[in-house]
Amino acid sequence: MKTFRENLSGYIFMLLALSSISALALITVFIIVQGAPLIADVGVIDFIFGMTWAPSQGEYGIFPMIIGSLSVTLGAVILGVPVGICCAIFLAEFAPVKLRNLFRPAIQLLAGIPSVVYGFWGLIFIVPFIRDYLGGPGLSILAASVILAIMILPTVISISEVSILALPRQYKEGALALGMTHWQTIFYVILPAAKSGIVAAIILGIGRAIGETMAVIMVVGNATAIPTSILDPVRTLTTNIGIEMGYASGEHRQALFATGIVLFIIIMVLNSLAQYITRKK
Amino acid sequence: MRIKKIMAAAAVLLLLLAAALSAGGGKPESTVIVAGSTSVQPYAEMLAEEYSILYPEREVDVQGGGSSTGITAALSGTADIGMSSRELKGDEENTWNAIIAKDGLVVIVHPDNPIGDLTVEQVRGIYAGTFTTWSELGGTAEHKIHVIAREEGSGTRSAFESMVMDGVMITPTAIVQASNGSVRQLVGSDRNSIGFISLGLVDDTIKDLKLDGISASWENIMNNSYMLFRPFIFVANVEPSGPAKHFIDFVLSAEGQALLTREGLISITEGAQ
Amino acid sequence: MNSRDHERIAKALIWTAALFVLAVLAFILIYILARGLPRLDWEFLTEIPRNMGRSGGVSSTIVGTLMVTSLAVAIAVPFGIGTAFYLAEYTRGGYITRIIRFCAESLAGIPSIVYGLFGFIFFVIFLGLGWSVISGALTLSVMILPTLIRTSEEAIRAVPNIYREVSYSLSATKWQTIIKVVFPSALPGIANGIILSVGRCIAETAAVILTAGSALRMPSSVFSPTRTMAVHFYILAMEGISMENAFGTAALLIILIFLINVVANTFVNRFVAKGVKR
Repeated sequence: MKTFRENLSGYIFMLLALSSISALALITVFIIVQGAPLIADVGVIDFIFGMTWAPSQGEYGIFPMIIGSLSVTLGAVILGVPVGICCAIFLAEFAPVKLRNLFRPAIQLLAGIPSVVYGFWGLIFIVPFIRDYLGGPGLSILAASVILAIMILPTVISISEVSILALPRQYKEGALALGMTHWQTIFYVILPAAKSGIVAAIILGIGRAIGETMAVIMVVGNATAIPTSILDPVRTLTTNIGIEMGYASGEHRQALFATGIVLFIIIMVLNSLAQYITRKK
Repeated sequence: MRIKKIMAAAAVLLLLLAAALSAGGGKPESTVIVAGSTSVQPYAEMLAEEYSILYPEREVDVQGGGSSTGITAALSGTADIGMSSRELKGDEENTWNAIIAKDGLVVIVHPDNPIGDLTVEQVRGIYAGTFTTWSELGGTAEHKIHVIAREEGSGTRSAFESMVMDGVMITPTAIVQASNGSVRQLVGSDRNSIGFISLGLVDDTIKDLKLDGISASWENIMNNSYMLFRPFIFVANVEPSGPAKHFIDFVLSAEGQALLTREGLISITEGAQ
Repeated sequence: MNSRDHERIAKALIWTAALFVLAVLAFILIYILARGLPRLDWEFLTEIPRNMGRSGGVSSTIVGTLMVTSLAVAIAVPFGIGTAFYLAEYTRGGYITRIIRFCAESLAGIPSIVYGLFGFIFFVIFLGLGWSVISGALTLSVMILPTLIRTSEEAIRAVPNIYREVSYSLSATKWQTIIKVVFPSALPGIANGIILSVGRCIAETAAVILTAGSALRMPSSVFSPTRTMAVHFYILAMEGISMENAFGTAALLIILIFLINVVANTFVNRFVAKGVKR
């Protein structure tokens, strides 16, 4: 009876795992089947490095979108990551208990606010601000970077904080015992020791930024030209899919799935990077 | 102990779920599902609401998603009626379809913009990227024009392309927005912008331009002098019957058409065909 | 500059960053709540939207949100946790495990609109479920699965091995060890993953609009189409229908998420974490 239950439970877990995995596999296959024929038609090089996106004319080049995704994400990282890591250090090392008890739920709430709300707030607050004080149409790489920087904060803060808190106490105690100041301890002992966790946090933040759709659609302008400054509007890979999917048919729809394949590959590369870095430790 | 409690709670939840599922048992036969273009959706919702007041026993559900989504759904039978705000293409023309109303398109600018009138060629020049500052068009400002367009595939954009652009490509530097509302929101807050939206959505946050001296009014569309409009189309897999036909008949009736006119659309019974 | 100056500057910098983040969050919340809260009254909560959402309330979207979210989480949780246990306890460190985990992580980054399109073609059209609560819930459950698997697996792996060894040495079986020892210790982490997933479901727009639809009527069963609050907000704001009601809906969404966080935190602190301090 006991062994029967043992086997049964093993099989149930396997069954659950197999169904989840097949659901995920189904999606992957679905995206590839829908998108691959178009990439084959257009040609990998022409698709990825093509400069013109004009589905009504049968032109499918997504290079401007790749530039768009990279620039917006880079902007979000530059604005969001240093602040996020400082916050993690603050929470792990400096914060008075009361402030910490306010901060943690606040970060949780920040993570829970729907992205459309962020996007709308960006559209009616950040965009006019940029337009009035910095110039350009307001809808821009900068606006999207600001919104995304705010949106990746919870990821960066919570994962960095966890990796700092996970360090053995002896690291800190040893450093302090050697006469290091609190700041020296953080800078020379804690941060290097928590490096892999913090890098993983950054990469996950990048993944979040590169995959975000709705908030970015609302503030980035979605122009298909290559930008010349951070005040120019641009289109990212996700917004290309998000903005045109409801109205696309035939080849156009395939091209959007093909955009999805490129995005999928970029995210897989990022994940391999994250895994490599965390395992190197 | 704790585990048992959690397990019990989970079991109760699952039971409730199963009950909810079995209680459902499919949609009522009489519900008509209308789906598609987000431009038509608000009007269809309004029609459905009035319809349900007149015929409380009948139900109409309206879904958005876009013209192509709606046509796909109508062809597969998932929706009884698909809504399209663009002309039908290729195979789509072999479906049953009917124009339910026409919608004017208006070129809009910020209320503070001194320009009130542009020629179609000038608008084409702006969207093609040949004019880049307002001073080239008689405006006073040296500022760059912020060109706002809709996304590829949207009915509003293809109507604009075929009636204004005349085969010229819209510049890739144009800002692209996914809805009429956000175009209006942007133009209303940016002095240097230009955009195009549905006639029904014009309000005092923006200024509508005359084209070739003719203002985009309901009368001018009716007497054929203002040429910028596009059809709102209902599409179905086969000729509708039963509840779907009942709803379509209501939409095409004098009553339904009057409701659409009230919302700023042009009814099919009047004006240019 | 001596080390004491460094210390002071660094400390000031970190305090500034932290307070800046709090200020930004407070600003966003106040901005939305200040415009949205005045709209919230009994009528707004209990009446269905009228005149495209220009007047009336949002009651059907509240019900729709709760139905879609609870169903999606109820479907995904057994699969997510089961998969996590299988990966963590039955196939330790295997090659296949790594591939599965890698794919799950990559899928977690795919934009939700792609899940929405998959759900539209597979659940809505192919399975013939139409736009419905169930189509939306199934799509969302696939969408949150990678996150659930990941967070649960991490929580399970974080349970010290000594727990398992002690359990086995007391001649407990694997099933007993998992259910009585590993699961309770991992529960706070798993609960966190579930909370995250609930949040994602409530906040999702793109995937839901294509699968659950955007009907304004009160859903009568899981096969009825419905509109969630996030979708309602998006349509109101972006089609320019009613800014007032859009902000009201946004304020309501934020309050809902806040309440869920509070309840979940209390649950984790009081009910679960007792005695299993990590």
